[in-house]
Amino acid sequence: MSLWFWLLVAVVLAYATKLLGYLVPAKVLANPRMSHVAGTLTIGLLASLTVVNAAASGTAVVLDARIGALVAAAIALWLKAPFLVVVLAGAAAAAGLRLLGWP
Amino acid sequence: MRLKDSPAAKIGASIAIATGLYGVSFGALSVASGLSFWQTMVLSLLLFSGGSQFAFIGVIAGGGSGVAAMSASALLGIRNGVYGMQLNALMRPTGWRRFAAAHVTIDESTATATGQSDPEEQKRGFWVAGVGIFVFWNIMTAVGAFIGDALGDPKQWGLDGAAVAAFLGLLWPRIKAFQPAAIAVVCAVVTLLAVPFVPPGVPILVAALVAGLIGWFRHNPDPGHDADGLEADIEPYRADAHQAGPARQDENPGKGELA
Repeated sequence: MSLWFWLLVAVVLAYATKLLGYLVPAKVLANPRMSHVAGTLTIGLLASLTVVNAAASGTAVVLDARIGALVAAAIALWLKAPFLVVVLAGAAAAAGLRLLGWP
Repeated sequence: MRLKDSPAAKIGASIAIATGLYGVSFGALSVASGLSFWQTMVLSLLLFSGGSQFAFIGVIAGGGSGVAAMSASALLGIRNGVYGMQLNALMRPTGWRRFAAAHVTIDESTATATGQSDPEEQKRGFWVAGVGIFVFWNIMTAVGAFIGDALGDPKQWGLDGAAVAAFLGLLWPRIKAFQPAAIAVVCAVVTLLAVPFVPPGVPILVAALVAGLIGWFRHNPDPGHDADGLEADIEPYRADAHQAGPARQDENPGKGELA
């Protein structure tokens, strides 16, 4: 129930943020510093989410099959593979390493 | 001009199909992270912003709380507000169109619109990409959620590895110059350092704070120096990018180095 609550809050905030861009007069918010912060925030969050999903387990930093997924995804991206192929490469690497006995 | 003769509509349609397809990975990962089918669908139908949706389920998958998931999702959505300002200046939608336009204001629809120079083409590109992605993304999310439910143990299939790959795939096209790469590395290190000391999900918010502070204090006021990955150009499909042509603003080599 609590998850539903925060999920709906996230939904409302996401739409409100989008709509704000259309409703607020451009000169009020057309501050290059704000769009710069939005940009660095996006990069920082995605980098952090990548690391958390690759190496965090609760409050511990662990090295498991997900590191293999990170490496496989990086190689796929380096080779300019499309997004779906990158995701599949990550899944295949993690599943494969587990078959070989890595946790 | 009819829609099928419009170059912008063609670009929008190809981006819609390619982006919509990876809704299948969102659907599968979302149920694997513990969300129900309908929670997954509400995210795709009503939140509708890929990065924020992946952020929400990514925090939950890592054992984070609902409030941490909501915060990460909301912070990632801030860029959509910036896109909204750009699109409002370009298209000036009125009445109900303004509310509909806001809902489909995401990376890809913004990139399609801003890549066009003719105002009518900007509108066609925006609406075809935005509505097209909305339709395909939701169909594929439902497909993915069904598949994810049927798979059983998500780890056996490497779905946690798929999530890692998805986040790296979202980050990658934004790393086009030294500054974004440095921000990404700093935030990754901050995250790893924070993990043992704070509850799950919070390290992501700590990294967001650091990224926001870097953005605020390292802001370069010269408007010519903003090609650093924060502009509306996120188009992870290289094959499509060739088709898309005009939708890419960053084709000229070296532009990224300006930042």
